[in-house]
Amino acid sequence: MTGNNQTPAEAPLRAEYWDLTYISGPLVFLKNGGRFPSGAILELTMANGEIRQGQVLEASTSHAVVQVLQGTQGVDVKGTSVSLKQEAATIGVSTALLGRRFNGTGVPIDGLPPAVVDKEMNINGAPMNPVARNKPNDFIETGVSAIDEFNTLVRGQKLPIFFGSGLPANEVANLIVQQARTRDASEQFVVVFGAMGITEREADYFMRSFDEGGQGGRVVAFINKANDPAIERVFTPRCALTVAEYLAYEMDYQVLVILTDMTSYCEALRQVSSAREEIPGRRGYPGYMYTDLSTIYERAGRIRGRKGSVTQMPMLTMPDDDITHPIPDLTGYITEGQIVLSRSLHRQGVFPPVDIIPCLSRLMNNGIGEGRTRGDHRQVANQLYSAYAQGLDIRKLMTIIGEDALSDMDKKFLKFAIKFERELIGQGWTRRTIDESLDASWKLLSLLPRAELTRIDTKYVDQYYQAEEETAATPVS
Amino acid sequence: MVQTREPITGKLCLVSGPMIGASGMLGVSMGEMLRVGSLGLIGEVIRINGDTVYAQVFEDTGGMMLGEPVTSLGYPLSVELGPGLLGGVFDGIQRPLEVLRAMSGDFIARGLTAPALDRAKKWGFTPTVKAGQKVVGGDVLGTVQETRAFMHRVLVPPNVSGVIKSVVEAGEYTVEQPVVVLEDGSELAMMQRWPVKRPRPVVRKLPANQPFITGQRVLDCIFPVALGGSAVVPGGFGTGKTVVEQTLSKYCNADIIVYVGCGERGNEMADVLDEFPALTDPKTGDSLMNRTILVVNTSNMPVAAREASVYSGITLAEYYRDQGFSVAIMADSSSRWAEALREISSRLEEMPGEEGYPTYLSARIAEFYERTGRAEVLGTVAEGEEPRQGSMTLVAAVSPAGGDFSEPVTQTSLRVAGGFWGLDASLAYRRHYPAINWSVSYTLYLETLKPWFRDNAPKGWLENRQRAMELLQRDAEMQEIVQLVGPDALQDAERLILETGKMVREVFLQQNAFSDNDAFSSLEKTGGLLETLLEFYDLSKNAIENGVTLNRIMALPVREDIARLRNESNADFAEKRATVCARMRTDVAASATKKG
Ligand SMILES: Nc1ncnc2c1ncn2[C@@H]1O[C@H](COP(=O)(O)OP(=O)(O)OP(=O)(O)O)[C@@H](O)[C@H]1O
Ligand SMILES: [Mg+2]
Repeated sequence: MTGNNQTPAEAPLRAEYWDLTYISGPLVFLKNGGRFPSGAILELTMANGEIRQGQVLEASTSHAVVQVLQGTQGVDVKGTSVSLKQEAATIGVSTALLGRRFNGTGVPIDGLPPAVVDKEMNINGAPMNPVARNKPNDFIETGVSAIDEFNTLVRGQKLPIFFGSGLPANEVANLIVQQARTRDASEQFVVVFGAMGITEREADYFMRSFDEGGQGGRVVAFINKANDPAIERVFTPRCALTVAEYLAYEMDYQVLVILTDMTSYCEALRQVSSAREEIPGRRGYPGYMYTDLSTIYERAGRIRGRKGSVTQMPMLTMPDDDITHPIPDLTGYITEGQIVLSRSLHRQGVFPPVDIIPCLSRLMNNGIGEGRTRGDHRQVANQLYSAYAQGLDIRKLMTIIGEDALSDMDKKFLKFAIKFERELIGQGWTRRTIDESLDASWKLLSLLPRAELTRIDTKYVDQYYQAEEETAATPVS
Repeated sequence: MVQTREPITGKLCLVSGPMIGASGMLGVSMGEMLRVGSLGLIGEVIRINGDTVYAQVFEDTGGMMLGEPVTSLGYPLSVELGPGLLGGVFDGIQRPLEVLRAMSGDFIARGLTAPALDRAKKWGFTPTVKAGQKVVGGDVLGTVQETRAFMHRVLVPPNVSGVIKSVVEAGEYTVEQPVVVLEDGSELAMMQRWPVKRPRPVVRKLPANQPFITGQRVLDCIFPVALGGSAVVPGGFGTGKTVVEQTLSKYCNADIIVYVGCGERGNEMADVLDEFPALTDPKTGDSLMNRTILVVNTSNMPVAAREASVYSGITLAEYYRDQGFSVAIMADSSSRWAEALREISSRLEEMPGEEGYPTYLSARIAEFYERTGRAEVLGTVAEGEEPRQGSMTLVAAVSPAGGDFSEPVTQTSLRVAGGFWGLDASLAYRRHYPAINWSVSYTLYLETLKPWFRDNAPKGWLENRQRAMELLQRDAEMQEIVQLVGPDALQDAERLILETGKMVREVFLQQNAFSDNDAFSSLEKTGGLLETLLEFYDLSKNAIENGVTLNRIMALPVREDIARLRNESNADFAEKRATVCARMRTDVAASATKKG
């Protein structure tokens, strides 16, 4: 959407039309639908000379519906003219975008002149042919046990972070950006950062962290802040992903795309939908939100015969901590798993406060095991999961019957669960290799009797299990 | 066969997302295919108002201008049927994705067309009919070795009959070359077309009295479905629907699998394409891909084609059923199809029913499920021969919003399906896979399948199934008590139910789809495992009645052996089980003599 850098003098004369008839919310309606192609980007010139951008959503012989990116405040039907800017929404791409910062539609906000671009690409992209996809199976070591060990991220995956408001999601995302490595150390991630409706403070936190961590020059940022026009948000993830695809599939980069906050994106979508008087779906979000979100999330992946990859980490606030809210729900139906942050772990001071019970990485199996991480990885993770779940049940039971009524076995599981949260999950800002994570896990498993480890092959138990001497009466709570 | 009419051309008068309108189209009928705009995008007529038609477009409509030409092709959305489907990967409107990739690269461009069946490829056709013979729809004209293991039967299309004037010699022919000419001059080739929304006719439906064996213990033993039956698999995100669909595709006892990826993930398809060619078909020993047809319309591909994809898939499945095969169709996820209907319906500004779905949703779902079944298929039955039979089994995933089964797609599907395998997020959170909730799931096929299990399954199959259900029921009751008052309130005999219930859940019901030895459990292994657990229960119960404490039984090392039994391969299982059972009997008996 930045592509048109022509000065007024060079711009060809464009036909202007005084077609506006109706304004509602972020939409304006034009009386002739036959002038512009659907999806075209228009320029609205207001009586005072101010220029805004719009996109044609619907065209019929009687009218056209146009969403105005900067909103319709101050627009009137008499004094505003429309003209065609571009046949479709595009963005200029090149490696010169690395290190640059743009607003939500691709206008530079770092005080530098527009970047020199290679070519313009349609921000909607095109669906990747499923047979062209290369199965994602390259382990990305994030250094975070809760992810590497239990919810392994692989290149080309889309793995969102779900969190309640007030939880340190940005810190977790930043931790991952700072620490992520692929096995081939010569390959580096570049980061495409797409922010929708985040606060000044959050934007500042990310930008500062990228700079301090030395990633600054490897980041392309598209930032739409909370006080920026809401409808622009609909374009932000698409601009970001178009650049990401270019960097990955044409320039061979391994690209990590962070999109935050998808909840603000969905709210912008809802705003447009309600202005169009569409039949609302759950909680007022449009019925096509699944389809719309999938055109964003499915743009992660790898392609056979090409070196680069697009890995996505969308972040979203769960309104009211509710994972069944339509935004996390539809996201979970599209993405390949989810990382969920827990308020109670956060209160206990556990960082990163990842609640592994509702977490999942569906591509984990492809990325782990002998030759990728370690042979015992899958089974250790399964065993820890089940032991932790059991420990949580016992903790619940304890609130009913009291600690004294617990059997010795129950107490072992309880102690395990507590240590699991505090030591394995709550690793703080230290970076662990996957081997270090697994070794730490075996230490925890050794708190349990060997006979309980039925999910692990005996050969691994023999190799790694070291029964601890009964440590005398450690308090469990 | 597909009726055709001269094309009619009009002008684009509306573009709204996946829906378009075109005027000047008088004479076009509902369901006809259109080529829309200068790019020639493919669409299907879904509403007619005077000379204006409204259509859903199977490709992205961005960039279209009013006034662009719209041409109706004179025939409804149809698929091509003939040799060359097996192993194929098609999009929702049966375009071969490998060919599209060759045409437009890694991303799918708009306006591409490519025939589903390779026109240049020659197939070895061996006629089985002679000149002068009378044939009717469903008769086999000849055979083609389609893959190493599959003998494709070239059929007379339904509704065609006549006397054969000439037949070609056995030899190599393309799918379009006529192989038979009838007296009335009509030519029959190996390929035929069929409109996807019309069920292919059969002589009659037959009772579903053979099981659809899946190799999944909880399904085969507890909630079995019949060949020709249908099962709904609803579950929130990440509960394991796709794993069920893929695992069944790998191991089930159908001859042919049609896998419809409807509005789901591209990487899952990459997974199938990566894995299936290397796996072996359990029935033929050939590559698994050679018994599979993939119809793929991922979520980011155009929404209208999702709707088409399930119909394309089921029509392909019917075609192989008509040849006499048992076909399983996996639809992942049928909710995405329903949502596509909703999206188009809302663009048409139809009055919405429940949760915004169109009021005809339940009718569409019911019609779709009715296409499944075991059937006597069309064709002349020769003297002394049994009529040819085929079956089509449907396993449909449903993705309810918020994981709540009270929503319309789950509920309507339940009304028409015979099996309900409900996936539960809380089980999935505990990594109890497959996360099939045994207290809400059900099967309506048990009664009709009982004779088969009695004759063919390991001894005691049905009785043990009943006992397992009861045990799980009591286990749930005991757990409730424990939640309220703690385990101390229970007697040892009751706690034994809890302990054995846990073993049944963990050892028998749980089954890791990624485990080499346990992904597929033979009927022998399934029956043997359950028998072992129940025997453990009986022995322990007896010991407790004789004064042994539960703690003592629980401390027996043989429990670990029992837990590990499920990791034995199907081949080694019987032998290992014999050892474990022997040990179990002596150990439990020994604990009783020591008392304690
Ligand atoms: N039988 C099983 N054995 C082992 N793991 C399983 C099994 N079933 C499910 N899983 C685990 O659960 C994950 C999610 O399963 P799956 O992708 O099938 O969910 P889904 O119900 O299809 O979700 P969605 O609706 O989002 O597509 C898998 O990636 C796998 O890790
Ligand atoms: Mg799925």
